[in-house]
Amino acid sequence: MSLAAPAVKPGMSRDDLMMRGGVVLLAGVLLVMLGLPLWSLLAKGFEDRDGKFIGLANYVSYFSTPALFQSALNSLQVASITTVIVVPLAFLYAYALTRTVLPMRWLFQGISLIPIFAPSLLPGLALIYLFGTQGFFKALLGSGSIYGIDGIVIAQVFYCFPHATLILTTALATSDARLYEAADVLGASKRRVFFTVTLPGAKYGLISAALVVFTLVMTDFGIAKVIGGNFNVLATDVYKKVIGQQDFSMGAVVGMVLLAPAALAFLVDRLVQRKQVALLTARAVPLVPRPKLGRDLFFTLFCAAVSAAILTILGMAIWGSLIKYWPYNLSLTLDNYDFARFDANGWESYWNSVRMALGAAVFGTVLMFTGAWLNEKTRGFGAMRGVVQFLAFLPMAVPGLVLGLGYIFFFNAPNNPLNFLYATMGILVLNTVAHFYTVGHLTATTALKQIDPEFEAVSASLKVPIWKTFVRVTAPICLPAILDIAIYLFVNAMTTVSSVIFLYAPDTKLASVAAVNIEEAGTTAAAAALCVVIVLTSAAVKAAHLVADRFLFARLQVWRRR
Amino acid sequence: MANYLEVRSLSKQFGTFTALGDVSLDVIEGEFVCFLGPSGCGKTTLLRAIAGLDPQTSGTIRQKGRDVSALPPAQRDFGIVFQSYALFPNLSVADNVGYGLVNRRQNKGAIARRVAELLVLVGLPDAGPKYPAQLSGGQQQRVALARALATSPGLLLLDEPLSALDARVRLRLRHEIKALQRTLGVTTIMVTHDQEEALTMADRIVVMNHGAIEQVGTPQEIYRRPATAFVADFVGSMNFLAGTLMAPDRVRVAGVDFACPVQDGLAPGQKVSLCIRPEDVRVRDLPADIANRVPVEVAELDFVGAFCRATLKARATSDVSVTADFSSNLIRDLGVDIGTKLDIALPPDRVRIFA
Repeated sequence: MSLAAPAVKPGMSRDDLMMRGGVVLLAGVLLVMLGLPLWSLLAKGFEDRDGKFIGLANYVSYFSTPALFQSALNSLQVASITTVIVVPLAFLYAYALTRTVLPMRWLFQGISLIPIFAPSLLPGLALIYLFGTQGFFKALLGSGSIYGIDGIVIAQVFYCFPHATLILTTALATSDARLYEAADVLGASKRRVFFTVTLPGAKYGLISAALVVFTLVMTDFGIAKVIGGNFNVLATDVYKKVIGQQDFSMGAVVGMVLLAPAALAFLVDRLVQRKQVALLTARAVPLVPRPKLGRDLFFTLFCAAVSAAILTILGMAIWGSLIKYWPYNLSLTLDNYDFARFDANGWESYWNSVRMALGAAVFGTVLMFTGAWLNEKTRGFGAMRGVVQFLAFLPMAVPGLVLGLGYIFFFNAPNNPLNFLYATMGILVLNTVAHFYTVGHLTATTALKQIDPEFEAVSASLKVPIWKTFVRVTAPICLPAILDIAIYLFVNAMTTVSSVIFLYAPDTKLASVAAVNIEEAGTTAAAAALCVVIVLTSAAVKAAHLVADRFLFARLQVWRRR
Repeated sequence: MANYLEVRSLSKQFGTFTALGDVSLDVIEGEFVCFLGPSGCGKTTLLRAIAGLDPQTSGTIRQKGRDVSALPPAQRDFGIVFQSYALFPNLSVADNVGYGLVNRRQNKGAIARRVAELLVLVGLPDAGPKYPAQLSGGQQQRVALARALATSPGLLLLDEPLSALDARVRLRLRHEIKALQRTLGVTTIMVTHDQEEALTMADRIVVMNHGAIEQVGTPQEIYRRPATAFVADFVGSMNFLAGTLMAPDRVRVAGVDFACPVQDGLAPGQKVSLCIRPEDVRVRDLPADIANRVPVEVAELDFVGAFCRATLKARATSDVSVTADFSSNLIRDLGVDIGTKLDIALPPDRVRIFA
C-alpha cells in the first residue's frame, strides 16, 4: 500500500445515522434497565445501613456469620443434587422423544413442558399436599419430613425438567443419519455406537443442560420459600434480609454471592458453546428412528412414568385447590378461588399479572426485535454494538432476585429522575423485560441471521430507506420468531416471582407474589388455586399460539409454500 | 469513448490481510466488463467497493465524473444482482420488481406498467402475482435482474449471478443477460470465477489474482496473448515447459532449441516457461522444414467428448511431455492410439514465453 494514499473515510447515509442513533438509544435503555441497577447493587454492598462507604466490612461479616455461609453451601448442595438427578432423567426423556418410536409422541412432549407454565411454588405446594404434615402419603416418609432438602430437590426436579429436556431434545434432534449408517456398516455394536456417536453428539447439550439446571436451582426462590422449612438457601436469605430485616446492604452482599455462581455457570456455557461447531451440515440426512419393540416399550413406559409424576404434581395442586378443608373435608368447592377472602387484592392481582404480562410481551418484543435488528444491521460502529451485545447477554447471568434488588437501589434513589417509575406497573414491566432479555435477543438475532444478508444492500441500491425494508420485509419474514418472543415473555411474566417480589406496590401486586403471600399466611389451598389460574392462563396462551400458528399464520405466510 | 467509471489506486485491508492492493481500472460507458479470478482474488471486494457496500481503505472511485469514493451505497447510482438473488420472499414478483419504484412516488398505474414491461423484458410476463419460492432458480435470477434494472441505474453490478444455477440454465441465461445488456446499453460489471462465462459474455475481462489486476483485455486478447503466467494458466488450458532463454527468439527446453516470438523484456540465460495451448499443437501435414518439430509418443488419451486430450512424451527425453487436443477425425485418420509415434510442431507464433 502506498503511503501517499489518504485513507477513505466512508460517508454516512441517512440510514447509517438513523441506525447508529438507534444503537446508542438502545444502549442507553439497556444501561438503565440493567447496567445501572446492577451497579447500584454492587455499590450498596460496600455501604452500611446509613449509606456510608465501609469497604469490604459487609462481606467480612457475611463470611464470618456461619448461618449465612451455611446457606451458600446449602444452595450448592441442592443445586448439585438436582442437576445430577435431572440431567440423566431429561436425557432419557429427550432420547425417547427423538430416537425411538413413541406412541403419542406429541402428548409426551407436551406433558414434559407443563412445569414451564407454573410458578415455581406450585410443585412445593403439591408436595405439601402429598407429603406434608397432613399429607396423603405422609406415612411413606416414616419419621422423615418433606420440609427441607428432600422437598426442595423433588420440587426442583419438577421445575427444571422441561428446561433440560428442551435443550437435550434439540441436541439429540440435530443428528446425521449417515454417521449411524457408517457405524452400522463398520459393524460397531449398539453400545459402541452410543458411546462414540450419540453421546459425543449431545455433549454440548449435556453441558449446557447441566449449567442451566444448576443456575435455575441456585437462583430460584419460590420452592425454597414454600417447602424449605428451616433449610436456608441463598435466595431465601436475600428475601429475609431485605423484606424481613430491611437490611439492604447485607441483602446486596448475599445477592452478589448469589450472582457469582450464576455468572460463572454462564461464562462456562459461553466458552463451551464457542467450541461447538455445527455438527449438522446442510447435507446431513435427518435420522428417522425405526421401530424396535423392546427399546420402544422400555422408553414408552419410562416416559409414561415421568409424565405420570408430572401430572400427579400438577393434579395434586389442582385437586388441593378445589378441596374444602384439607384433609378433614374432602368435598369439592370453588371457595378457594374467591381470592378476596385471602388477600386484600382478590382477583385484582391476577388481572395485574395479565396486564403486566401483556405489557412485557408487547414492549419487550418490540424492544428485543428492533434492538437485535439495529445491532445486526448497523454498518460499522463496532464498539457501541459490542456494548449492546454485552448488555443483552448480561441478564442470563443475573438471578431475578439480584436484578430486583438492584432495581430497588437504583429506581428508589431520591435523586434518580426515573424515581417516578418506582412502585408502578411500569417498573414491573421494565424489570421483567430486563430479566428475560437474553433469550428474546438471541431468538431475534438467530432469526435475523437466517435471512439473506444482502436485503439491505439491495434496498440501498434501490434507494429505499432501511426502515422501510424492516417494516415490509424483515419483520414479516421473522413473524414466527417475533411471536415466539412474545409468548416467551408472556409466560415468564405470568410465572415469575423472584425479580418482582421486591418491586410491587399494594395496587400492583401480581398473582405469583400474591400466591407467595397467601401461602405465607398459611392458606395452602388458595395459593394453589392462584397457581392453577396462572398455569391455565399461560398454557392457554401457548395453546392459542400453536393453534394460530397452524391455521391463521399459515394463511398470512402463503409465500413460504412452494 | 468516455470513461464511465474510474478506479484509482484502490486498496482494501482487512486487518493485516490485503484484499486489494493499489488497483486502478477504467470502465467505458456501455461496456460489459467481467472481473475474473479464483476465489479470494479480490474480485468481489472490488465490486463491493464500487457499490459502496464495503468501502475501500484508500483510493478513489469516480462514476460519470462524480467522486463517489466516500458515498454510502444509497447515494450511488447502481443496480445489483447477488448470487443468492436476495429476492424478498414475502413479496410477490411484481412487488419485488416494483420495490424501488414505489419509493419514487410514482402513481400506481405507471409502476404497474413499468413492472409489466420489465417482466416482459426478462421473459417472465406472467410471473407477476407469484411468490419467489414458486419460481425456479433461473426464473428467480431473472426477477432479480428486472428488479435491479427497474430504476434504470447507470451501472449494473452482477455478483456471480449464475453460479447457483445448473449448467443448462446457466448457458441459456448467459446469452439472455448479454443480449439484454446490449439492448439496454447499460454499463455492466460482472464478477465470476467461471472463465467460460467471462469469455462468452464480456466485452473486456479483468483478470485478478491476490488482490491485484493481472491483465485487462478483450476475451481474444486474454486468451491469445495472456500477459502473465497466471493468466495463461487460469484462462483455458496451457502447457508449461521449463527452459532457458538462449537468444531473444530462442528457448532451450531439455537440450532442444525452440523458436519463439522475440522477447524484449527478458535477458538471455534467464529461466523461462515455454507455453502453448493444447489446441495449438500441430500434427497434420507438417512441412519438412517446419520449425519446432518434436518427435513424440502418445502416453495417454483422455476422451472428453468432442475431442481427445492426448499426453505426448518427447521421444528424445521422457522428462518433457505436452498435452494436445486431437479431434475425433484426426484420431481416426491417423490411427492414433496409446503408444503411437508421431511428430508434432509447436508453431512459433502460438508460443508464449513467461519468466
